[in-house]
Amino acid sequence: MAIKQISVFLENKPGTLLKMTGVLAENKIDMRALSLAETKDFGIVRLIVDDVYTASTVLKDKNFISILTDVVGVLIPDEPGGLDKVLRVLAGANINVEYMYAFLGGRNIHRACMIFRVGDARAAENALGTWGIKILSQDEIASF
Amino acid sequence: MEQYYQKEIETASREQLKAWQDERLVRQVRHVWDNVPYYRKKMEEKGLTPEDIKSTGDLHKLPFLSKADLREAYPYGLLATPLEDCVRIQSTSGTTGKRVVAFYTQADIDIWEDCCARAICAVGGTKKDVCQVSYGYGLFTGGPGLNGGSHKVGCLTIPTSSGNTERQIMFIRDLSATILCCTPSYAAYIGETMKSMGLGPDDIPLKAGIFGAEAWSEEMRRDIEATMGIKAYDIYGLTEISGPGVAFECSAQSGMHINEDHFIAEIIDPDTGEVLPEGTQGELVFSSITKTAFPLLRYRTRDITTLTREPCPCGRTHVKMTKPRGRTDDMLIIRGVNVFPSQIETVLLNHGYAANYQIVVDRVHNTDTLDIQVEMTPEMFTDNLGEISQRQEALVGGLRSMLGLAAKVTLVEPKTIARSEGKAVRVVDKRKI
Repeated sequence: MAIKQISVFLENKPGTLLKMTGVLAENKIDMRALSLAETKDFGIVRLIVDDVYTASTVLKDKNFISILTDVVGVLIPDEPGGLDKVLRVLAGANINVEYMYAFLGGRNIHRACMIFRVGDARAAENALGTWGIKILSQDEIASF
Repeated sequence: MEQYYQKEIETASREQLKAWQDERLVRQVRHVWDNVPYYRKKMEEKGLTPEDIKSTGDLHKLPFLSKADLREAYPYGLLATPLEDCVRIQSTSGTTGKRVVAFYTQADIDIWEDCCARAICAVGGTKKDVCQVSYGYGLFTGGPGLNGGSHKVGCLTIPTSSGNTERQIMFIRDLSATILCCTPSYAAYIGETMKSMGLGPDDIPLKAGIFGAEAWSEEMRRDIEATMGIKAYDIYGLTEISGPGVAFECSAQSGMHINEDHFIAEIIDPDTGEVLPEGTQGELVFSSITKTAFPLLRYRTRDITTLTREPCPCGRTHVKMTKPRGRTDDMLIIRGVNVFPSQIETVLLNHGYAANYQIVVDRVHNTDTLDIQVEMTPEMFTDNLGEISQRQEALVGGLRSMLGLAAKVTLVEPKTIARSEGKAVRVVDKRKI
């Protein structure tokens, strides 16, 4: 059920991100979510896209280094306390969140999606499921 | 079964070799005295005449020649035969300053090609082999030397020269090349290209590679051997002395046999010029004792190496030199510490990175800075920033213990460091001193 995130290695200097988005644009890849983690010299761009296979293939062809990582996509109502509830469940199940990022709305402005990178994706999904929290599939994310 | 090209010479007794060297040195000194006023003057300045050189034991009395002499005497000052007897020139690759030209008679070419033929036989080459020469052809000695050696052995020779890497791989596969000759950095690049084409060691028929013309590490050897599924052998030479084949590796892969019937090797202290005892590391000095057009006596190579006469399992009796750590002029002096690019390469490969790197030296506020740019590889990349940083710090630590000084490591994107089809540009020195 976990969704595939593409992590790309980029140097931290002007133009590198543009080079990557250019490759994605040329190949009509639609980005659903994006997050950046950086050091002084380099960074990792984490992407959720509509077509994982095409995106990772075209990036490799253009000499980018990327890997696929399992992450959990969680649907939360865009209202106060929405994220709080989800984190409570994860903390209760003793699941460590390595990083997370959000994207709002998509085609429906009243909801948000959080992407979680956790130690154990399956355990996180089970715990969230038990509490009736909606987990998004790859297809659902693609058309979010 | 060990293969030789000239077995009687390659396995001659030490006494026989010494006798050849004594006789040939005496004759060569006379030839140079009679025909090269530049060197005669150098001898006269030391109060020497040819009569003072009676055997190899007197070699240390002779004056040195250096690259500076070759530049000063450019182009004809060290020529020892009439130009009309020469059939070829070759020129240094010019990585370290003004070009040097060397002249060859047909007999000199034959000596050179014999040396290369010995190198090809030493890796198991026979007339049944297909030898692809991917060294550059032209003024650079790599292509012409191995080409000639390959002909002498009777191999089917594919003179691809360097460049057009996918075509190189196509020829290797379509024409079943069994031996590849090129620089080690180009071999690594061919291997990398193979991988990106989805080809593994079993997809190519190569069994051996003869890789030289630049310093490379044991780790790089293992990498190339694994990628291509071959045995990789070192070959050594320099245009001033003839070209590749001055020394070559045998099946033992533990140092290169110097063709002592043509070249006498000495190791000296690079600072004092004093001859050092066998087994001591120092600067390699060559005297060519059979060449006629461009016979250099006591030429300082600037290569740092060690000689050993311990018996070799291959049966060859000629002295072996260890892989040079680098030329003295490849050596960087950073904050007073001697640094060879080959040391840096060793650490990189030991830490799991590839040999795609560039060393950038600069001087900021009167302090030397050393920045090593290393390409990220799919194997070393993870989604975890902390882990990448930890590996980077481990590499910095490894470099510090190898070099004895702090270096910065910058991880760069793949294929951003220029690939070389000849000698790799490893060092960018921005210091203005």
